[in-house]
Amino acid sequence: MSSFAETGPRRPVTESIRVDKVSPGARATGAVRAVVVVLVALIMLIPIFVMLITAFKTRIDVTASPPKVFFQPTLEGIVLLFTNRAIAAPGRQEELRQLAREGKLNIFEQIALDSGQEITGASPYVGRIINSLLIAGISTALSVFLGVLAGYAFSRFSLPGKDDLLFFILSTRMLPAIVVTIPLFLMFRQVGLYDSHLGMILLYTVFNLSFAVWLMKGFFDEIPREYEEAALVDGYSRLETFRKIVLPQSLSGIAATTVFCLIFAWNEYAFALMMTSEKARTAPPSIPSMIGRGGVEWAAIAAGSLGFLIPVIIIVFALRKYLLRGVTFGAIRQ
Amino acid sequence: MVNRRLLSAICYLLSAIRMSNISLSNITKKFRSVIALADVSFRVNDGEFFVLLGPTGAGKTTTLRVIAGLEKQDAGSVAFDGEAIDALTPADRDIAFVFQQYSLYPTMSVYDNLAFPLRSPVHRVSEEEIKTKIRGVAEILRISHLLDRKTARLSGGEMQRVSIGRAIVRDPRVFLMDEPLSNLDAKLRESLRVELKHIQKSLGKTILYVTHDQIEALTMADRIAVLNEGQIVQEGAPDDIYDRPATTFVAQLVGTPRINLFEATRQNGVVTLKDGTVMVESKPNLPDALLLGIRPEDVKPDANGKFSGQILLKEPLGVETVLHIKTGEQTLLSLVPGMSDAKIGDVLKFSIASDKLHFFDTNRKRVNA
Repeated sequence: MSSFAETGPRRPVTESIRVDKVSPGARATGAVRAVVVVLVALIMLIPIFVMLITAFKTRIDVTASPPKVFFQPTLEGIVLLFTNRAIAAPGRQEELRQLAREGKLNIFEQIALDSGQEITGASPYVGRIINSLLIAGISTALSVFLGVLAGYAFSRFSLPGKDDLLFFILSTRMLPAIVVTIPLFLMFRQVGLYDSHLGMILLYTVFNLSFAVWLMKGFFDEIPREYEEAALVDGYSRLETFRKIVLPQSLSGIAATTVFCLIFAWNEYAFALMMTSEKARTAPPSIPSMIGRGGVEWAAIAAGSLGFLIPVIIIVFALRKYLLRGVTFGAIRQ
Repeated sequence: MVNRRLLSAICYLLSAIRMSNISLSNITKKFRSVIALADVSFRVNDGEFFVLLGPTGAGKTTTLRVIAGLEKQDAGSVAFDGEAIDALTPADRDIAFVFQQYSLYPTMSVYDNLAFPLRSPVHRVSEEEIKTKIRGVAEILRISHLLDRKTARLSGGEMQRVSIGRAIVRDPRVFLMDEPLSNLDAKLRESLRVELKHIQKSLGKTILYVTHDQIEALTMADRIAVLNEGQIVQEGAPDDIYDRPATTFVAQLVGTPRINLFEATRQNGVVTLKDGTVMVESKPNLPDALLLGIRPEDVKPDANGKFSGQILLKEPLGVETVLHIKTGEQTLLSLVPGMSDAKIGDVLKFSIASDKLHFFDTNRKRVNA
């Protein structure tokens, strides 16, 4: 009997197949895994789904029991969220109805009119979303920028007291926010940063910085030094090397850091509640404040929370390419 | 306009006659308490292929990094053409470094990798000129078809070619190469070895090449310095290193199969091994206790030979065969040309070329007989 080893394959081998991937057992495991992942993802998405449908329910549907999954969607919640309204006097209502018939009212005004109200202006929520965007955006940019520079320095240079410094930076994150809130509040009031955009930006930047430094240091540690050394020898300065060689390779790290910093600054609640009142108040503490202004407006709260999710989702989606890509994918062979 | 042309002509001439020798004097480098280099001095002449040979951890790479300016020495000085360059940044030293791990920039194409050193603010080369230079280099290294590719999609040999290309495209004063071939498979290493030597000779460039592979050192070098534990053990041409090893360390490092090394004594005018086997007649200047080194090729099967022993093992390598011959209490390696028809267990008569023996004193230093 001739063995494979002696005669070789009977037919020419034209493709390579990983045997371990084709076995039925391996395939079944793969399928089970996929199903489990999908199920877990679905379970995780249930609250988001509930929020989504609640945002488009009428006041009656929101509180219906058992909860309705099929209902007539309305933009009532969104109108409640974004506008200030006043109850229109019966005469005024008639006037408005006339305008509606002439098609001079926009959809929001019509919805308000349905419950006998008139829109008097934009709600403070609009301003708060803008505050959130400004404060979270600027503080994220600042902490990532500083974190990249500091992380690089910690990764590459021998600094005196490097380990102590790193630990010190990390230690700013060891106390829960609630513990430092009161001293910070007193300090902020003293120096006039209370309820100011600058104050909130500084606060979030400082809070995120420790995280950004540590994370970026980790990413820089992963990039082999040889690239930079090659560039240094090739006639570039340290800064040019950093810009041309290191930065392009650390994009995924920067993206990850950006997302984490942004999510923190965007979601932060405790500081925002304590350190702001009107001028610089961000969206998170203003959503629950909607509860209890003449009944709980669940649709408005759901709409607010939903809108609040959107910027983060956009950023994560925009950066997902970098988030998924490995840190180095390069030409260094170990 | 005329002036500029004249100037560039002069520059060209100057660059053509520009010498580029390296001299290291008394370089010492410590990493915390570990001494990496201890008082290392040597000189690489213009146009020379100089190899630093040593085992892992001998300080070869550190030496290169000190010359490149990537590492600052604790003491001593590096000079190019007699001019100390210790204060210069790596960029200003005008050297090219080929790394063991290629270090091609992963985010760039092969073309951009090759262009990168030329685009540096130090060199200021026009894009037009860059194109011609890269074409020329790609031609030499046979990588023209790879220019548009991303570096991650290259094979090991191609990567190393590109990284050598990145070094020669710039026409630096000296090339520093840190084990550039050690990550390649044997066949490729062999062919690149030849290519590299050929390029060096045709460009007439000074290369300082670091390796732990003695075959690379012997085949490529004009001169070799053997480094061990941060110190230069021997410096010389390949035949010096092979035929006149200064210490047992060098003797054992260079040459495959390994040199036969036995403890011996000088008694009554003959050199005797520990078990009493008389090897050769003694020379007057040998010490009483010594180490005897015999290269395997100097142990020759000989029907009229003075010695005999039993064959323990046979390693046929094709062009030659290594025989392990047990004689007395020791096993001698013998290298015979071609395939040997001797069988394991056979008793073989052999002779030793007595004029090619190496003697070392108890400090493991060579004694010239």
